[in-house]
Amino acid sequence: MKPAAGRYAPYNYFQLMEVSLRELLVEKGIVTEDAIAGAMAAMRARGPERGAAMVARAWTDPAYKARLLESGSRAAEELGFEVPGLRLIVVENTPATHNVIVCTLCSCYPRMLLGLPPEWYKSRPYRSRVVREPRKVLAEFGLELPARVQLRVHDSNADMRYMVLPMRPAGTEGWSEARLAELVTRDCLIGVAVPKIPKNPKTRKS
Amino acid sequence: MTVEKMGTVPLYNVGDRIRVRKAAPLGHIRTPFYIRGHAGVVERVCGAFPNPEELAQQRDGLPARPLYRVRFRQRDVWPGYRGNPADVIELEIFQHWIEA
Repeated sequence: MKPAAGRYAPYNYFQLMEVSLRELLVEKGIVTEDAIAGAMAAMRARGPERGAAMVARAWTDPAYKARLLESGSRAAEELGFEVPGLRLIVVENTPATHNVIVCTLCSCYPRMLLGLPPEWYKSRPYRSRVVREPRKVLAEFGLELPARVQLRVHDSNADMRYMVLPMRPAGTEGWSEARLAELVTRDCLIGVAVPKIPKNPKTRKS
Repeated sequence: MTVEKMGTVPLYNVGDRIRVRKAAPLGHIRTPFYIRGHAGVVERVCGAFPNPEELAQQRDGLPARPLYRVRFRQRDVWPGYRGNPADVIELEIFQHWIEA
């Protein structure tokens, strides 16, 4: 619950636990405030650009795409993204199949490549509904999936993490990797959206 | 449950039809309730991972348990599912949660 502007809101149970634990760890010299601040800054600095770069490379390099589908983790490291411990499975959208990712048990997400998950990804409505009425949920995101397309829902309920390889939009022939990567949003990598060419593209060189 | 099923040797292959155990033990279980008791097909063998039910109790979770990705038909899982009959849901299932 968000407090009204300027109003004091007492910590809730988990906030209080977090602050107490953090202060204890610092007090006992196990971690420093700087180390915590640094780790949080690094976490916030990671965004979906990494995943988008992998997709753009796959769109322009069929051999990389094959390696990406074979092992997402190795393909990430190939582009210089350190992903220790991440077991990434990349699932490919095709004209016949669409993929969408969820973690029904908590909020597992390939944070090392996509950054922090959006609030809705962690919410109970998304987690409980996208498994049992996924087409309705996708429609609410603005993605009307044709009935003939097979929908695969992936529950990252254990040790694997998932990322969607979307389809390259028509009309992007000859685009550079950097320009292609700009089309790949976080939502495309989760599977609740597909890349689209902006209606009023900025005039720019590819 | 047999001793073999508890072990580290994968007993199932891609394409095998399996059923998820229908049980409700206490503890930290990574097999969601909605899929317990349902039958699906092994999509891939992921390797072996420490048992999360043990890890949650501060133990080492070893020996590591084989983990599979299993594909289920949505209309088998949800009565009255609306969508393409070919729609699927895929989950990771540990070997000790597979009954056949």
